[in-house]
Amino acid sequence: MMGRVIDFLAVWLIPLLIVAAIAGSLWRRVDIFDRFIEGAKEGFTISIRLIPYLVAMLVAITLFQESGAMEVVKSCLDPLLNRFRVPSEVLPLAIMRPLSGSASLAILADILERQGADSLIGRIASTMMGSTETTFYVLTVYFGAAGVYRIRHALATGLLADLCSFIAAIALCQIVFG
Amino acid sequence: MIGYLWAALICISVLTAALRGDMAVITPGIFSAAESGVKVAFGLIGTMTFWLGIMKLIESSGMMELLNKLLRPLARLIFPRLPAGHPAMNAILMNLSANVLGLGNAATPFGIKAMEEMQKINPLGETASDEMCTFLVINTSSITLIPTTVMALRAAAGAANPADILGATIIATFSSTTVALCADRLLRKKVKRK
Repeated sequence: MMGRVIDFLAVWLIPLLIVAAIAGSLWRRVDIFDRFIEGAKEGFTISIRLIPYLVAMLVAITLFQESGAMEVVKSCLDPLLNRFRVPSEVLPLAIMRPLSGSASLAILADILERQGADSLIGRIASTMMGSTETTFYVLTVYFGAAGVYRIRHALATGLLADLCSFIAAIALCQIVFG
Repeated sequence: MIGYLWAALICISVLTAALRGDMAVITPGIFSAAESGVKVAFGLIGTMTFWLGIMKLIESSGMMELLNKLLRPLARLIFPRLPAGHPAMNAILMNLSANVLGLGNAATPFGIKAMEEMQKINPLGETASDEMCTFLVINTSSITLIPTTVMALRAAAGAANPADILGATIIATFSSTTVALCADRLLRKKVKRK
């Protein structure tokens, strides 16, 4: 049942959303091609703007892998993580995800490169990334805008949400793709 | 924070390489990783270009307004103490709709507006009100249906179907938001306001 829903969403959601976007815009007599191009123009700049972040983080994470430091961390944590069927390869992503969107994107790129996009670990990492937000960034921007300094339990619940997403991503991917 | 993590990664790596007598891996590693950073960014361009175009069409299609109507009862349930028709409610709804549709750039201004409006009726001054904490939990836990950048990255990495993780992503997102909202309800009484 769960597998069915997941397959259905993966196949249908994007085509339906695109058709709905086009149909709705036509209905409202928007000049759809101009609108599309207007948005699409930003694709290049947004991707290029990521380069410094990606390079900075990919160098760091590659060195961590190549130097053998990741091996050391892995061998320390594997006994614990294996008990919960958590692949230790996704650990750097889990640590970085709440802190920085672009840095965690670089880590995801590294995982997809090393493990393959269609591997179980690649899919778990993608799901983890897609189902979470950069908690610290959101907190800073929104509370900063409102001029609020005492944030009470907001950080705790934000991080709890990240943790839940990670657990759900690992469990769901093992059920569906495992 | 991120700077410390970055520095730690690099310093620990160099130290480990030194201890293992394998310093020769460091310099070539830097060059190849730097190059692959650029390759990754270029790999994103195609998908990002198309999807940002579609996002503009989503904005002009009226889907956000439709979603606003659908989400209104839910928002009343989540924010029962916000006065009906208060400008904060509208901003919250616009922010949630934009977020669900994956329009991050559109969502942020509405989110900031919502926060400012809620601050106007915040009895606690510089301490976040219950509603502000709840609104933040929804935003930090992510409610996006389409993780654009992740799919672009998967496409660039040669995934057979870059969107195959969509179903798992949506269910993970939904369950984490639910858990976080429940935790918010429990914690708001425990965490003193002053």
